[in-house]
Amino acid sequence: MFAGFMMNTWAVATIVAPVAGVVGFFVVLRGSAFPAHAIPKGAFAGAAGASLLGISTLAGLAVFSLLGALGIGALGRRSRHDVATALALVMMLALGAAFLSRTTEYEPEIYSLLFGEVLGVSTTELLPVAALGAVCIAAVIILYRPLMLSSVVPEIADAKGIGSHRMEICFLIVVALATAMTVPVVGALLIFSLMIGPPAAARSLTSRPALAMLLSVAIALLTVWAAIAASYTWNWPVGFFVGALGALSYGAGRAWAAWRHTRTTTPAAPAAPQRLAAAVDRT
Amino acid sequence: MHQLWTQIFEPGFFSSAPVHTAAAVGAAVAVVSAVTGVFTVMRGQSFGGHALGDVSAAGGSGALLIGLTPVVGFVGLGIIGAGVMDMIGVRRVRGRDLATGIVLGAAIGLSALFLYLDTTAGATTGATQQILFGSIFTTAGGTIPAVAIFGAIALACVAVTWRPLLLSTVSTDMAAARGVPVRLVGLLYMLALALSVGLSSVAVGAILSTALLIGPAATALRLTRTVGWAVAAACLIGVGATWLGILLAYDSYYWGSAHLGLPVSFFIVAVVFAAYLLSGLPAARTAAGRRGASTSLAAAPADEQIRA
Repeated sequence: MFAGFMMNTWAVATIVAPVAGVVGFFVVLRGSAFPAHAIPKGAFAGAAGASLLGISTLAGLAVFSLLGALGIGALGRRSRHDVATALALVMMLALGAAFLSRTTEYEPEIYSLLFGEVLGVSTTELLPVAALGAVCIAAVIILYRPLMLSSVVPEIADAKGIGSHRMEICFLIVVALATAMTVPVVGALLIFSLMIGPPAAARSLTSRPALAMLLSVAIALLTVWAAIAASYTWNWPVGFFVGALGALSYGAGRAWAAWRHTRTTTPAAPAAPQRLAAAVDRT
Repeated sequence: MHQLWTQIFEPGFFSSAPVHTAAAVGAAVAVVSAVTGVFTVMRGQSFGGHALGDVSAAGGSGALLIGLTPVVGFVGLGIIGAGVMDMIGVRRVRGRDLATGIVLGAAIGLSALFLYLDTTAGATTGATQQILFGSIFTTAGGTIPAVAIFGAIALACVAVTWRPLLLSTVSTDMAAARGVPVRLVGLLYMLALALSVGLSSVAVGAILSTALLIGPAATALRLTRTVGWAVAAACLIGVGATWLGILLAYDSYYWGSAHLGLPVSFFIVAVVFAAYLLSGLPAARTAAGRRGASTSLAAAPADEQIRA
C-alpha cells in the first residue's frame, strides 16, 4: 500500500489531519458541530455543480463553503445559530439540486466528493491543498487568543472589545477553508467526523488547551491513516472507516473520562433551586 | 384573463396525477414536520432534526441492500439513531450536539458503505444523487400509506405529551420540580422526531425533510410566541410553501427554450427561505432604529432562550 500512486494519498492525509485536528479543537470548544457539518455539505453542492459545468471542483468547493460560512454568519445575527445553520444548509443544497438538474449525467466523481476516495488523489491537488492548510493553521495561530476568549468566556471577550459576532464569522471562514482543502481524500460528508471525533476524545483526556490540540492532531492522524490502510486492504470506502473510527475515538474518550470520574471524589452538584435562580437571572 | 391564468397554472396542472400525489404527500409531510418542527426549534435541536435525516437515509440504503422496502430502513434506523442520541447525549447543549455529530458521522459512514455495496452489487447508478436530492415527484405509490400511518403516530406522540413537553422545553428544572418525567418526555419527543424525519426523508428527500422541519416552524415562532398559534401558522406556511413550490416546478418546464425545468425541492426551499427572511423584516426595522444602543451581548443567543 506504499506503492507510488498511494504516496499522494498518504501525503494529502498527513496534511489534512492536522488541520482537522486544530480547527476541530475549536469546533468542539465552541459547540459548532452543526456548522462543521453544514458547511462541507453545502460546499459539496457547489462542487458537484462546478464539476458538471466543467469548472474546477476545488473552486466550486471554496466558493460554496465561503458562501455557507457567510450565510450562516449573516442569518445568525438575529436568529438562533442552529436555525440559521439549518436554513443556510438547505438553501445551498437546493441550489446544488438546481445545478445538478441542468444535466442528466451521473458523475462517479460525486461519490468520491461525498465519501472520499483513496485512489483518486492527483499530484496537482497536493500544492493547493497544502497551501490552504497552511493558511488555516496560520489563521488559527493568529486568532488564538481572541478565539479562545470568545469561545470560553464570551462576556469577558465582549468587554475587551472582541465582538462575538465578528469572531464567529472569522471562525466560520476558517472552517470553510478547512472544508475546501480536506474534501479530496476524506470527502465532504466525513470531514466533519475528523473535526469532531478526535478533538472530543482529546478533550476527554485533558483540559489543557495546548495539550488537547496536540492530542487532537495525533488522534486525527492515526484515524485517517488507519482509515486509508483499511480502505486499501478491504476495498470498502475510506469514509466508512473515518466515521467508524471517529465514533470509536469519541466513545473511548467518554469511557476514559467516566472511568477517571468514578475513581475520584466528585463535589456535590449545586442544588436545583440555585440553578433555577441562575437560569432566571440569565433571561 | 385566461392568458394570465394559463401563465400561472400551466396546462394540465390540475389534472396531472403526479401533481395530485405530490400535493397530497407534500401536504401531509409539511403538517407533520411543522408540528414536530415547532418543538424542535424551541428545544434547539435543529441539528438533531437534520442529522436524523441523514441517519434515516443510511437506513434506507441499508434496507435496499438486504431487499426490504426503504421505508422500513428509513424509519427503523431513524428510531435507533434517535435512541442512541438520547442515550449518549448530555443535558448541556454542546455535549448533546457533539453526540449528535458522532452518531451522524457513524451513520454517514454506514451510508458510504451501503451505497458502495449497492452500486457494485446492483444496478443503482445515481443512488447517491437520489439519496441526497430525492424528489417529491418520484415518490413511489407504496409510501403513501406509510406516510399516513407513521405521520399519525408522530402527531399522536406530540399530542399525548403536549403539556409536559412544553413545560420541559421551557425549563427542564421547573418541569422536573413539578414531577414531569423529563427524560421520558425527551425520549418520546425524539421518537416523534425520528418518525417525522424518517417519513419525510423517504417521501420528499433529505433536503426537504430538514427545510420543512425547521423553516416554517422558525418563521412561525418569529411571528407569534403562543405555541398553539405557532403550530397552526407553521402548518399553513409549510403546506403553502409546498404547494407553491410544486406549482412553480411544474411551470418551470415551460420556461425558456430548453424545457428542462428546475427541481421542485429547489422551489419549495426557496419559498420557505424567503418566508423566513420576510418574517425577519419587522424586527430588522426596529433594530435599525435602535442601532446606537444595541450591544453585541444582546446578539449572542443564550442556551436557554426560546428565540427563532
